[in-house]
Amino acid sequence: MNTQTGQLDDKVTDQYPDEKGHFGIYGGSFIAETLMDPVRELQAEYEKYRLDNEFIAEFEWELKNFVGRPNPLYHAKRWSDELGGAQIYLKREDLNHTGAHKINNTVGQALLARRMGKKRIIAETGAGQHGVATATVCARFGMECIVYMGAEDIQRQAPNVFRMKLLGATVVPVESGSRTLKDALNEAMRDWVGNVDDTFYIIGTAAGPHPYPTMVRDFNSVIGKEIRDQSMEHTGRLPDAVIACVGGGSNAIGAFHPFLDDAEVALYGVEAGGDGIETGRHAAPLTAGKPGVLHGNRTYLMEDDAGQIIETHSVSAGLDYPGVGPEHSWLKDIGRVQYDVATDAEALDATHKLCRLEGIIPALESAHALAYAIKLAPTWSKDKNIVVNLSGRGDKDINTLATLEGMTL
Amino acid sequence: MSELKTRRLTTVFQAAAKGEGGRRKLIIPFITAGDPDLATSLDLMHTLVKAGADVIELGIPFSDPMADGPVIQAANERALEKGASLAQIIDLVAQFRQTNKKTPVVLMGYMNPVETMGYETFAQSAGAAGVDGVLTVDLPPEEASDLVTAAHAANLDSIFLLSPTSPDSRIAEVCKHVGGYVYYVSLKGVTGAANLDTDDVARRVSNIKSLSNIPVAVGFGITDASSAVAVASAADAIVVGSALVKLVAQHGSEPETLHNSIYKLLNSMRVALDEHYPA
Ligand SMILES: Cc1ncc(COP(=O)(O)O)c(C=O)c1O
Repeated sequence: MNTQTGQLDDKVTDQYPDEKGHFGIYGGSFIAETLMDPVRELQAEYEKYRLDNEFIAEFEWELKNFVGRPNPLYHAKRWSDELGGAQIYLKREDLNHTGAHKINNTVGQALLARRMGKKRIIAETGAGQHGVATATVCARFGMECIVYMGAEDIQRQAPNVFRMKLLGATVVPVESGSRTLKDALNEAMRDWVGNVDDTFYIIGTAAGPHPYPTMVRDFNSVIGKEIRDQSMEHTGRLPDAVIACVGGGSNAIGAFHPFLDDAEVALYGVEAGGDGIETGRHAAPLTAGKPGVLHGNRTYLMEDDAGQIIETHSVSAGLDYPGVGPEHSWLKDIGRVQYDVATDAEALDATHKLCRLEGIIPALESAHALAYAIKLAPTWSKDKNIVVNLSGRGDKDINTLATLEGMTL
Repeated sequence: MSELKTRRLTTVFQAAAKGEGGRRKLIIPFITAGDPDLATSLDLMHTLVKAGADVIELGIPFSDPMADGPVIQAANERALEKGASLAQIIDLVAQFRQTNKKTPVVLMGYMNPVETMGYETFAQSAGAAGVDGVLTVDLPPEEASDLVTAAHAANLDSIFLLSPTSPDSRIAEVCKHVGGYVYYVSLKGVTGAANLDTDDVARRVSNIKSLSNIPVAVGFGITDASSAVAVASAADAIVVGSALVKLVAQHGSEPETLHNSIYKLLNSMRVALDEHYPA
């Protein structure tokens, strides 16, 4: 994309990443030497299986029979009518097994781990959704599962902690740093360094050293591919816009990637605005951060003037992360995707709207994308179609919602 | 460009190789700068030299020290609580250089503080302060060319790591980019891990030496005189970090005990190495 003219000079998707996983200046492999060889092995194996028909067929079989895909693209008619503008369609990732898009990626990575002969799986989790999705596939494939989770998040997300344990996983509390998702990621990396021979690290978002950002995107691209097909079925054309929330960016890149070369489809990524960008209490690196290096890649980060990573704030634990996948950083810089924020208050308002008008309880993460649709839809005419990626269901958030209303369950 | 002066690291490693009886083994202590505060770090640097340090590695604290175990993680947190920044640590080295012109100082840390400062600003100010080398653990040579260029322009050595997982092809390649010494990580794990296998270290260090002439320092898992002696058999230098940082954690608020205990530990290694490997 030419940033001056806004024209696509070439297919965006042909331009990156390069063979070392760079998206422009972003991405790459910023890791300790001990991990270089295992990461190279992973790159080589992924490169091989990515194009392997048998592997692809196996992945698709699992998505259909275990995850329950394809999930619907649902016309939220009452909500669209109330907003009085563009038609809103919801991509129902919330109907997947385990209740979010996260399982698309964990199925893919677990199948790869199995092909690579790795029996010990580690993962990090914030909200617990990725932890649950990882514990689920480990149970399904008979693998040992260790999930690192910040001590703070363990308290906030008790039901998911119990779910992981039910599924046979070991949940390890992380007491270092801010005791949240970024620290869980640090601890998982430390585990990996010490156990490189038998361990596969299933990263839960489209970040980390190459090939993770590309691999996680590819496994989640089923979202965007289904949106394409289903949009054609429903409306006879591609949607005019796709909106997704951005934490580390896996559901968003999965929804966006199949549309990157279609300049007529506007793409919007919505970060967690927390208490508002101006308060500094948010989790919006693309909107208010700057490029730096963390967790294996160069990308936009929330950091202080001395390059220390700062604490984030969001009502949704799954968006509470100071970094973002490197492809999003690139897409921001070239202008192909517009990034904006929704505050905690806007996300909560959108949550209640969807509950009452459509009978769907959205995840608080997904509610950020819904909140953006509330702003965008009324400014567009009724013949325009907007797809919102409903990345997950809100059952995991009922304790948070109840607490906000002064109730304990 | 003007003729660059011989780098301090080169001088120190060359001098060690000149002994009549054999190679003098070098000791490289690591402490986290700013733990418990910058003034104490400055005093500690001088204590380390008195106890027999040949090179000092100064840790740049980072909020997310992914390659470090609990001991050095906690040191990073203590230093950051006091607000230690990369700029202040470069200044710390300048203060050290007011009285010590001889002992090389290597800054060791993670990329982001360096990225944030900017490579040129970092390299120029570090070089001017009397820093000799830089090692960022999350920066493999593949991603390092811009920083290496900036470092060399400022007469700084860029140091990289090798590990038990580095294949031969990579060892040769990494050594090409290294200045001063290559840092061999003795085990698969984070700093402070306890699974050191000295026979394995000896084998792998000999292998590195068969592939390159660059001096090899070995770190991770060295806690006392006997592990120092065992690891030094194949290596040119040993690095000791967590064992010292643990003492800072224990005695950070009692300066006299702190200096005595640090001196005692490091000097016991010095004496044992000089005894076993007379130069
Ligand atoms: C339902 C849901 N949506 C979104 C996210 C954010 O992650 P990502 O940005 O990788 O999609 C999470 C993370 O836990 C989640 O559970």
